Order: sequence, then structure tokens, then C-alpha cells
Amino acid sequence: MPRPIEIRTSPHLKRAISVDRIMRNVVFALLPICAFAVFQFGLSALLLLLTTTGVAIATEWFFSRMSERGSTVSDWSVVITGILLGLTLPPGFPLWMAAVAAFVGVALGKAFFGGLGYNVMNPALVGRAFVQAAFPVAITTWTPAFAPGRFVELIPSTLTMPFMRPEPVADWVAGLNLDAWTGATPLALQKFQHIEVPLLDNALGLVAGSSGETASLLILACGLWLAFRRMLDWRIPLSVMAGAALTALPFWLMDGNLYPTPWFVLCSGGLMLGAWFMASDMVASPVTARGAVIYGVFIGSLTVFIRLFGGLVEGIMYAILLGNAVGPLISSWTQPRIYGVVKKTRESSQP
Amino acid sequence: MALLSIFKRHPTFDHGIYPVEHKDLTADKPIRRLPFAPELVIPLAQHRGAPAVPLVKVGQEVVRGEPIARAEGFMSVPMHAPATGVISAIALAPTADGPKTPAIVLKVYHAASQEVLYDLERDLGAMTPEEIVAAVQDAGLVGLGGAAFPSHVKMKPPAGKVIETVVVNGCECEPYLTCDHRIMLEQSEALIRGITLVLKATGAKRAIIGVEDNKLDAVAHLRAVLPKDLPITAEAVETKYPQGAEKMLIKSLLRKEVPIGGLPADIGVAVYNVGTLAQMGDLLPKGRGLIERVVTVSGPAVANPGNFMVPIGTPLRFLLGQVGLAADRVGEVILGGPMMGMAVASLDVPVTKAVSGVVALEREDPDLARRKVYPCIKCGECLKACPISLNPSMLGELALARQYEQMAGEFNLNQCFECGCCAYVCPSNIPLTQYFRIAKSINRDQHK
Repeated sequence: MPRPIEIRTSPHLKRAISVDRIMRNVVFALLPICAFAVFQFGLSALLLLLTTTGVAIATEWFFSRMSERGSTVSDWSVVITGILLGLTLPPGFPLWMAAVAAFVGVALGKAFFGGLGYNVMNPALVGRAFVQAAFPVAITTWTPAFAPGRFVELIPSTLTMPFMRPEPVADWVAGLNLDAWTGATPLALQKFQHIEVPLLDNALGLVAGSSGETASLLILACGLWLAFRRMLDWRIPLSVMAGAALTALPFWLMDGNLYPTPWFVLCSGGLMLGAWFMASDMVASPVTARGAVIYGVFIGSLTVFIRLFGGLVEGIMYAILLGNAVGPLISSWTQPRIYGVVKKTRESSQP
Repeated sequence: MALLSIFKRHPTFDHGIYPVEHKDLTADKPIRRLPFAPELVIPLAQHRGAPAVPLVKVGQEVVRGEPIARAEGFMSVPMHAPATGVISAIALAPTADGPKTPAIVLKVYHAASQEVLYDLERDLGAMTPEEIVAAVQDAGLVGLGGAAFPSHVKMKPPAGKVIETVVVNGCECEPYLTCDHRIMLEQSEALIRGITLVLKATGAKRAIIGVEDNKLDAVAHLRAVLPKDLPITAEAVETKYPQGAEKMLIKSLLRKEVPIGGLPADIGVAVYNVGTLAQMGDLLPKGRGLIERVVTVSGPAVANPGNFMVPIGTPLRFLLGQVGLAADRVGEVILGGPMMGMAVASLDVPVTKAVSGVVALEREDPDLARRKVYPCIKCGECLKACPISLNPSMLGELALARQYEQMAGEFNLNQCFECGCCAYVCPSNIPLTQYFRIAKSINRDQHK
């Protein structure tokens, strides 16, 4: 007997794309950035990334198993969260604190809202914001890039015991005998001493900073690769960059000694990583095309305002979280004009 | 966006999608005739409006072309016998829509002739617009692009509306289908005669044939054969789904939009499918009725795909038997194209006037296999695909929350014409189009 024919509803064709494939590609796009982070900061960065990713996956697995939906680890989105979190933390960040950040990010930032698709804010940044508040010293303790021996020894603070004070890294850094090391990131140097590091160093990532945020050009290339594969909405990163550069421009024109150049703004801190990989988080950004542009400009502009006039050196994290918060509002403001809507005139509204 | 549009070669509408076309399977296959099936099943309701009323009795002999059912009022069309034979039953028969509907079953005589024996020659030049409208209804003509809207009704716009432009739809934006392409190449003479008839009946000043730019050979052919003294032009538009939806084609060609809740007649436009007009140009001079139509039979489960002149009422089982259906591999059998067409539950369903294509997909079609449904990740792809600029993402969330009234009231659910673009692009594989169909039908039931 021949097998019965199948029935489905239209459309009977489907574009060959799925959520897990998009998420997997985002992970692929992040891998070169991870590789550079490990090359730059050594074993500590590697352990940091493994910790955040591992704990993030475990947290997702635990909470999704508790719900009726079953494990959602296979959609790969939590891997992105774990990697991004690791990339935004200082390379010598104590691993137990990184684990806390990953747990809080996935649990509070994602699982409690209902998992993938329902989180209001970027989970990685929720985790980072939590540890920024909880461990303000550890998260602003920077170590030099390309330290000798970074592939054989760990930054001393990495293996801090839970709930213990991290071992100070100053003595360890002094032992490295680095002439140029001042203990500050380019952003702090600019803000407090008005010294801009050379543009090329900044763009290539030869400077201190969070483990995966320094190599601006590499991040840009990875983001562009995703955008060209149509797995990332180019509107958001480009408008973040435009918003940041255009906001910085008038201040720089007013006083070039005090305020940073727009290109410094684009290449420094977490702006590039935030613009391409965190602000662009599909779930937490506006769904309309025009809304995406407004949201991006808002984040870019706010980042610069925080950097220039806030108490913090870097503002991208709070700017994105605030952008996430107003995203739904922007979406509702920018609903597209529907085909065939005629502008109501006084005459035609008469019954 | 406006800046980018200068790089586009052919006019188009906003949004839409680019599915793989698969038209090369049949685009160069000329229209061929099929033998008669031993039994034809002619449903009385194959058009929008009131079902036709049978004129024949069981046991009665009919000749090919003879009327067998009359129109019930203005919003209805008659039926004609597609073959010479004997009426064997007037009974319920399966259709693609699901419930069985009344149909006339015709047992075709062995070795019945393909020749139409029922003619009524007419002098087209002497006909008044009213006579043309009546003749179109008598011919049983409906929109052959798939809508099956009675053609003569569109020739009589509501009081106060004037048809200025006739848009002739040769887009054929559905994947796999090439019947309209072949009609434009092979039946251009009848097509031009049909356009002339519509121009005369409606009093429209001009006609534009819109053709997707994947059929530039058809555009070139039409331009070559169009008489210079007629106000008819052929224009290429971008190959993009759903270019063939009348609202989209009007926008592409005329830069005008049909107002919400309105008809093309409100902006002085009437849209006709090329297949409809080719049949009109062929049937009216001879005073015949619509008894067959061009159907593309294609898809990966078909061994010898092609374009065929198929008698109305031919069961799919017979039709697919003629082209070599791979019975072990076939998954879905779709009436129309795969984007908006309907999968049939039984191969006993007959070809009706609305069926432009029969597409047989394979069971192991990889596109259909991986359909794990994820939550909406708000990627916005559906907003960029929706040709009406709705917000399918929001509508989908509201459907899950059963907020059907809000979907219609706040988010214009009723403007959705179920083209399927949103569900096609959705990376979460959410069956958005189906959600919207269900929501609309629930809203309809509530307002009954």
C-alpha cells in the first residue's frame, strides 16, 4: 500500500535558516576574538572564557530542565552569552567572580524572564553589571597586554579563592619590568591625563583592557562577516558607531586637548564589541528597522556622554542596558506604515 | 533606500522575499494536451460567489463545450462540459478546501474527440460593453491566477468608480509555476484580443502587462507582437515574491496603493491574470465556455514536469499519473504554488478553474524536515519581508496569547493576505501564516 501523502499549511517552502544556525555563526564570529584575547593575555584569559562559558551553559541547562520545555542549551544562544561575558571582563578577573557573573547573567538576565526570546536585556551585560557593582575593584584591575610568560603562568588574581580578597597584581606587574605600564587603560589615560594612545595600537588591540574588547579592527571584521551573512542587523552597530562618533565630534572640535578624537572613541574600550555583538542582540533590540537606527544612535551617544561627563571611564555597558530597556518603547513608536493607509482628511473621515 | 533604488533596473514594491524559483524545470516546456480522464469531477462552486446550478440530469448525454450548470445571479458563473460523455452522478466530491462539495460527475466517452462541438460565432467588433460583460459571464470565466473571482464582475466597477488602467498580471511570482510564462509566449494573439475586450468593456484608457524580469523573453515577445495602435504596453518588474499579488503589482507599475479595505477600482484599476485574458480572447469570438486551462505540473517528485492544457475536472491522480509521479517519494501535493497553494488530502481532488499548478514535493525535502520551532527572537526578519508592512512578530506573540481582537484592531491583522513571506523567513520556524489564518477565522466566527 502506498504511503499516504502529507499535508501542511502554506507556505510549503522555508528559507534554510534557523535560530540555532544563526547562534552558531555568532559563536564562530566570536572565536577569532577569543583567540586574540588568549594570544594577548595568555592562560588567564583562556581560563576566564572557559569559566564563563561553562557556567553559563550549566546555568541554562539547570533552569531549562526545571521548566517544562526541556534543555535549551542546543540553541547555542547561551554559548554566546558565556563567551561575551568572558570577553568583557578584565583578563585577571578572579574565576569565582566570573562564575558568579555567568550564573547571575543567565539566571537573572535570561531564565527568570522565560529564556531565549523573552529576556529584556542582554544577559551577558546583566551578569557584568552585577559584578561591576559587587566587585568594583576587581573589575577595574587591569594587567598589561603581551606580558612575558603569559602562556606559562597565570595572572595572580585569577585563582583567588571564593570570598577571599584577590591577590594584588601590582607586585606581579612590577616584577615584569615593563617600562610603559601605567596600570591604566587607554580610556582612563585619556579621561584623567588627556593622553591618547596611538590610534594604530588602539585599533589593533595592543593595549590593556578587558580581555576581548581591545582589538577593534578584528571585532569590526568579525561583525562585518556576520552582517554579510545576514545573521546580524548592520543597522544597529553602524548607528551605534555613528551615534558615538557624531556625539564626540563637537566636543573634540571645541577642545581637542581635553576631549578625545572621534576615532579614539570608536576604537577604545568596549565600544566596538558592544556595538557589533551586544547592542545587536536580536532579542533585546527593537524589532523595526527605523527603531534599530534610533536605538543604535541612542546607545552610541549615551556611551560618549557617560565617558565624557560621567563618573565612569567606560559607558557602553550601561548605555546598552538602558537601550535594551527603552527598546520596546522605540519599537512601538516606529511601527511601519502599512500598505494602503490613506492620510485621513477632514472630508474622508465623515461617515 | 531611495538612493539605492536608482540601482534597481525594474520597478518593484517594498519588502518581499526571494525564494528559489525552480522555474527552469518547466519554463521551456510548451503547452501540451492531455488525454481525457475516464471520469471528470466538476464542482459547482469553483469560483467566488454563489455556486452554479446544474442544468443536466444523471444519465444525460452532453457534448464537449455544452453548458451543464447555469450562473446563480450576477456573482456567479456557469459551467460547461469539458468532454463528451454522460452525466453519471451529481454528488458530493472531495475538494482541496476540505469539506466535500456538490459536483457534477461526467463519464467521458471512450475515444471522445478533443474538438469542441458547441460553438456560437460572434462578431466582437459589433458588441457593446454590456454585451461583452454578459458574454464573459456566459463563458464561465474566473480569475485563473488562483483567486477564481468572476471576471465579468470586475468589468463592472461599483457606481461612481471609473476604470482608467487595466493591469495585466503576468508576474507568476510563485516558485515552480510557468503556465503564465508559456501563455504569454504561445497565446499572445488571444491575450491581446482579451485585453482589447476588457479595454472596451471597462472603457479604460490603457493596459499595462506586468511581467517579472525572470521572463524577459516574454516581455520582448509581447513588445514585438503588440500592435502599435493599441494603448497596451509590456513592462518588466523585479522578480520578487509576491510581485503577482495585485496590490504589489499595482504599486510596482503605477506607484499607487489600494486603500485599506478598498478595491483596485477605488484607484481606477482593474487587474486581470494573463491566463484569464488569453482564455477570454480565445473563447469569446467562438461563443464557447471555459472547459480547460493551462496547468504547470512540476516539483521534485514529478518525473516529467511540464505545462499542460488540462480539462476542468481532471482528478489529480490521473494528471499525476500522466507525468510520472514518484509514489514512493511524494510528500505533499500542492494545488497552486508552494507559497500560497493548498496541500490536498486526497488525489481524488479535481483540477478546478483556479488551479494554476500542481506541485508535488518530496517526502524527504530537507527544507521541510528541519522545522524545530523556537521562541520568537525578535530578529525582525518578518517585518522586513511583509509586503503590507505589518508586524508579524508582534502578531505572532498576540496569537499565542489569544489576543485575536487586538491583532485585528491594533495590528491590522485583516490586511494580511497570507502570502507566507513571514513564515518563509522566520528563523524560529514559527508558523506565523497559519496563526493568522486561525486568528482571522476565530474573529470571523465571533462576529457572526
